[in-house]
Amino acid sequence: MADTIPPLSVTEQKGIRIVEFTNNKILDEANIASIADTLTALIDENENPRLLLDFGTVDHLSSAALGMLININNKVRQKNGQLRLANIKPQIYEVFVITKLNKLFKILPTRAEALTNFTAH
Amino acid sequence: MAAANGKFPLQFTIPSDKSALHEVHKRIMDEVERHHYGEQSSFAIRLALEEGLMNAVKHGNKLDPTKTVHVEAKVTAKQTEIVIEDQGAGFDRKHVPDPCAEENLLKCSGRGLLLMEAYMDKIQYTHGGRRVKMIKKNDAA
Repeated sequence: MADTIPPLSVTEQKGIRIVEFTNNKILDEANIASIADTLTALIDENENPRLLLDFGTVDHLSSAALGMLININNKVRQKNGQLRLANIKPQIYEVFVITKLNKLFKILPTRAEALTNFTAH
Repeated sequence: MAAANGKFPLQFTIPSDKSALHEVHKRIMDEVERHHYGEQSSFAIRLALEEGLMNAVKHGNKLDPTKTVHVEAKVTAKQTEIVIEDQGAGFDRKHVPDPCAEENLLKCSGRGLLLMEAYMDKIQYTHGGRRVKMIKKNDAA
């Protein structure tokens, strides 16, 4: 049976879209495409989108997931928006370090720190 | 789908279809879990297996439905050995761009090999790059 649980849960706080992953694995390409679609819609609906991705539930991710995140980062930048990543488990953070993507993304230890890291429009 | 021999108890020949990868991935990871691998080595094998299978289907066979991917695995309490072979044109590792180079950081692909090599203890490319053999020791053994 098809998985009917949306891969993301989205809330808003002070104009910042907070996105949580509902699955602990971001490996499967169909799942990654679905996440990309939802994030792209969130970027498209605002002039200067502010997105916080909370990785608290994520235990596994693939290079395809990293590619999707880079694409989302590029889209946010094109719209002069801001993207923050937070709450990444050490094992997952290591993947960002190995690929040097910790230099590309703004990664904060906690969601609270990420929320205060956004600059006002 | 699976046939057993002494060297590699798990053997699969699958079509170049992303949906066919799940069962192979699951069967091998079930064996890893059954042998109570440590968290770090289990994480490493899961990631490298995902990347290796996807590389074979997508970049090796280029999703050609007439081509197959052959996978062999031997999981013991000590280590996991996985061989993935596609029917594509192969590749030369030396000519694969470094995804960590400044000019490639914004590119959306090209990190699979880097992750496989970073997380597995041993990686060997043979048959012109069509065959990759990966070994990871169980850190809980």
